[in-house]
Amino acid sequence: MKKLISLGLVLTFAAAMLVGCGGSDSSTAGGSSAAGNSSAAGLSGTVGTNGSTSMESVIGGLSEAFMGSNSGVTVSYDPTGSGTGIQAVIDGTTDIGLSSRALKDEEKAEGLVETTVALDGIAIIVNKDNPVENLTLEQIAGLATGEIANWSEVGGNDAEVVMEGREAGSGTRDGFESIVGVEDVCKYANESTSTGAVIANVSSNVNAIGYASLSAVENDETVKAVTVDGVAPSEETVLDGSYKIQRPFVFVTKDGTALSEAAQAFFDFATSADANDIIRGAGAVPVAE
Amino acid sequence: MKAKQKSNESLQRLRRRIRAASELVMNIFFFLCGILAIGCVALISVYMILSGIPAIREIGLGEFLLGKVWASTASEPKFGILPFILTSIYGTVGATLIGVPIGLMTAVFLAKIAPRRLADKIRPAVDLLAGIPSVVYGLIGVSVLVPFIAAVFDLPKGTSLFAAILVLSVMILPSIISVSETALSAVPPEYEEASLALGATQIETIFKVSIPAAKSGIAAGVVLGIGRAIGEAMAVMMVAGNVANMPSLFGSVTFLTTAISKEMSYSSGLQRQALFSIALVLFLFIMLINVLLNILLKKNAKGGR
Repeated sequence: MKKLISLGLVLTFAAAMLVGCGGSDSSTAGGSSAAGNSSAAGLSGTVGTNGSTSMESVIGGLSEAFMGSNSGVTVSYDPTGSGTGIQAVIDGTTDIGLSSRALKDEEKAEGLVETTVALDGIAIIVNKDNPVENLTLEQIAGLATGEIANWSEVGGNDAEVVMEGREAGSGTRDGFESIVGVEDVCKYANESTSTGAVIANVSSNVNAIGYASLSAVENDETVKAVTVDGVAPSEETVLDGSYKIQRPFVFVTKDGTALSEAAQAFFDFATSADANDIIRGAGAVPVAE
Repeated sequence: MKAKQKSNESLQRLRRRIRAASELVMNIFFFLCGILAIGCVALISVYMILSGIPAIREIGLGEFLLGKVWASTASEPKFGILPFILTSIYGTVGATLIGVPIGLMTAVFLAKIAPRRLADKIRPAVDLLAGIPSVVYGLIGVSVLVPFIAAVFDLPKGTSLFAAILVLSVMILPSIISVSETALSAVPPEYEEASLALGATQIETIFKVSIPAAKSGIAAGVVLGIGRAIGEAMAVMMVAGNVANMPSLFGSVTFLTTAISKEMSYSSGLQRQALFSIALVLFLFIMLINVLLNILLKKNAKGGR
């Protein structure tokens, strides 16, 4: 009898949970469609974006906001890498190419136009108890590749350097390695799958050094962001170009080829000041004023 | 009167028919439940093979299995998973070497030596150990064990194969203990009484009579533990460091499981396909362990009788 009662209880709870989930699901679906309808600007179609994997969170945030206010438009994103994205614009297989580096002169000669939507600043972080305050780009490269294996070589304690990094495929890792010029030669002690884990590892190990997107460490008291060539990382120093470990997030389009109405609307939205908070939320520094 | 009897009879026939039908329906239902398990295994196997083969074909089986360098996003990508395979094997063997003696001795204590009241208090604790989510093991590992290892062995960092082995050896304890204890308790008391009557001490009896008599059950527990160790991802990911190095005891290493989970979220193209191929290799490992377990159990069942 007791078993029956408890079984009954369990079933009731399960049913209640199912009903609850169903209810909330339908209500959110209803809410979003209502919002979409009320603000529909009559735009429809698909906007294709293709390129840099590092821009995933920026594009994700932008397209989510854009699709939220333009229910007829779908923004697609192919994370293929900057080179492929630029080539896709040349071939005409995508609307907007995404590149996490500035265009080369020969690419501009092909008639490509770059529009910077955001800047990606990467902070170099060390433990709070590490006496090192400033590093040059060469020193950072040496620390990353293991050429500088002891902190005393850069004015720190006599202790082994522990390089903390992200997993292969991470945009922050790609950014750090390409800016510092240590692609595929970094000697990591630990690879973490999130910025938070890197910060946690650095904050718990006195000899650790790592990198994280600027926005993640700006208000973080647990680690210390070192100055690079004497410049502290901040939104201002990234914007005026004095902080070196940064790269542009670029929209690539073709000169003389008009974008579709929907793609142009997305382009305008992404480069307007309205998108600044979204870009900031995605961990990058907005450039629109 | 007759009419009433007749209607009664037809009513009974109807009832019988309904009962037969409900039996049939339930039988079909149970059959479907049984098929579901087979279906899932078949589906997963087919999916793993289909999605794992293309990358192996592109990379080449030898280079994939025996390559020592994994650089999936380099400008000239390399997909060698030997470091992962060796790390998984070393990690599992290490955890077994530490976990099996402790687990077996705990089982012996619970089944043969401990007073019933004490055993009744330890048993739920062991069961609870099995119920702790692996992420909690990882969390404790990374916040307690890793700094401890760094301090004791004077290392710049504690994340290492060694830390993973320690965490895994605790994680496999419950399955070893509970399965071995059941097997030890099932040893017929006559065996032990005979041994004691011949003048053997209790310890001699346990090691020469009880454990050999229960060896198939103990082996099953050990293999179950090995299965858990080789398939564990979360806890290992938090303490092993996750760099694709060839394994060394205090180096940062990547297991087969963590190689997949680490890179899955941002992977694309051949890199993603290669991750499926790693999953296929892991899957084959688990299959191998299961086959071993079955052979072991059958052999022992024959030898025992």
